[in-house]
Amino acid sequence: MSLSDFFQQIINGLSLGAFYALIALGYTMVYGVLRFINFAHGDVFMIGAYCGYYITDRVQAVFGGKLMWASALVVLLFAMAVCAILGVVIERLAYRPLRNRPKLAVLITAIGVSLFLEYGGQFFFGAIPRAFPELIPDLPVGGLGTLVITTNQVLVFGVTVALLVALNYIVKHTKMGLAMRAVSQNATAAQLMGVNIDTVISFTFALGSALAGAAGILFAVSYPSINPLMGILPGIKAFVAAVLGGIGHLPGAAVGGIILGIVETFVGASDYSTYRDAIAFAVLILILLFKPAGIFGKATVEKV
Amino acid sequence: MLQIENLEVCYGAISALQGISLTVGQGEIVTLIGANGAGKSTTLRAISGILKPKAGRILYNGEEIGGLAPHKIVERGISHVPEGRMVFPGLTVLENLRMGAFRFNDTARFSKDLDYVYLIFPRLKERESQLAGTLSGGEQQMLAIGRALTGDPKFLMLDEPSLGIAPLLTKTIFAKITEINQRLGIPILLVEQNANLALAISQHGHVLETGRIILSDTSLALRSNPKVRSAYLGG
Ligand SMILES: Nc1ncnc2c1ncn2[C@@H]1O[C@H](COP(=O)(O)OP(=O)(O)OP(=O)(O)O)[C@@H](O)[C@H]1O
Ligand SMILES: [Mg+2]
Repeated sequence: MSLSDFFQQIINGLSLGAFYALIALGYTMVYGVLRFINFAHGDVFMIGAYCGYYITDRVQAVFGGKLMWASALVVLLFAMAVCAILGVVIERLAYRPLRNRPKLAVLITAIGVSLFLEYGGQFFFGAIPRAFPELIPDLPVGGLGTLVITTNQVLVFGVTVALLVALNYIVKHTKMGLAMRAVSQNATAAQLMGVNIDTVISFTFALGSALAGAAGILFAVSYPSINPLMGILPGIKAFVAAVLGGIGHLPGAAVGGIILGIVETFVGASDYSTYRDAIAFAVLILILLFKPAGIFGKATVEKV
Repeated sequence: MLQIENLEVCYGAISALQGISLTVGQGEIVTLIGANGAGKSTTLRAISGILKPKAGRILYNGEEIGGLAPHKIVERGISHVPEGRMVFPGLTVLENLRMGAFRFNDTARFSKDLDYVYLIFPRLKERESQLAGTLSGGEQQMLAIGRALTGDPKFLMLDEPSLGIAPLLTKTIFAKITEINQRLGIPILLVEQNANLALAISQHGHVLETGRIILSDTSLALRSNPKVRSAYLGG
């Protein structure tokens, strides 16, 4: 592998890692406040992609086919908003009624919600893959030797970085973010401080689902064939990324996502490329064996 | 101020409170003593809304608050410093204190309340940017009380503030509790294993035994009551 190939793979790996990171953050945030894995999260990502599929033409028409970056931004925000609402509705209807029931009941419900979205998706969107419209003409914007960076990659990195910065601001510097951290550390104590736990949980679902929606758009831009089952694999891999970083740990989820994206890309480019999709599971098994709390996690007894 | 009538609380099938009644008047310190598992913490949890009463009434300034969500109860100025302190270990001391003022959006008010907390617990000011999980047990207790004070409480409940703290520091903390009560006029419902200290700073006391109040009197009378002396004051 030449040096420029190497850097090309790094870029590809970072972009794949960006999707995983954005999805993993949703898993980890929800785990933080509710101590449960929202297995329907990957399907919210799929809904994000379909939002883009149905709205892009209309948005571009409104902009008269000009201002492609602006229309891409509108599409992105639309998908994020729809997914945020979807996440809140899922929690409200499916998980909240089970709040004080055994965790297993909620986990099984989450799998039910996941299947509902996948097969509901097949019913409403059709099971056949759809070609995702072009948000921005994908042109090389720069390069070095044979190393090329395209518009879509700029979009993926730009949006991901912006979202991570925004998330960090929300979690660290707003009252709601402080409440989220407090709830994840001690929900009872947070309630005794006057925190309405339901509001915080809804907010967390909105935030995590919006990130998944954004990931759905960015993913579809990079791999422009979408189908209702497209959320399954990235969903599982992002879950692995969240565990890798230490479930419940926000920077951990982002770092876990990036690591997984890069590892997977390099495996894909190697002679072992057929094992590409298996690598996430190998990683999962290794962490659970050797460092179950993840890279940044502290060892705790209580899990799921 | 606070009036409990025939309160019953259970955990699933286990009954923890079997109809207790007590009142805390304006500016008073009332103490609740009793053996482990008597139901002291359960009483406080029911008042702060963490547990729902099964029967009976909890009246605050004449209004029924039993069964309200905890944040609705905090809104009324009722503050509960829970057993075991429950500070947020991964938040800084300042962030913990900020959580105490969660019900307000007013930064001017927060800095005023913060000044008061730092005045009575100067140690907290020194540790302002330290994570609460790295504080000593006594410092965490100061933080737990300080955190309640930044919420500008009108009624304060303290669950075993002396738990796991060296006797000398316990004395200091009790002195601060008295000061808070007298300076701010905040009525306090105090739960303590250390009955001696608790009865020394309170006006009234109730003895709880397996979910029932078996004795209520002035603290002075309780201190000389032979039954209380042998069971809770070490002879
Ligand atoms: N979460 C719970 N689930 C079931 N039973 C509980 C629970 N919490 C408390 N209990 C039971 O309720 C009764 C009263 O408990 P509570 O915590 O109020 O006692 P306490 O007087 O505060 O005791 P201590 O001095 O040990 O703190 C006990 O018998 C206890 O076992
Ligand atoms: Mg107790």
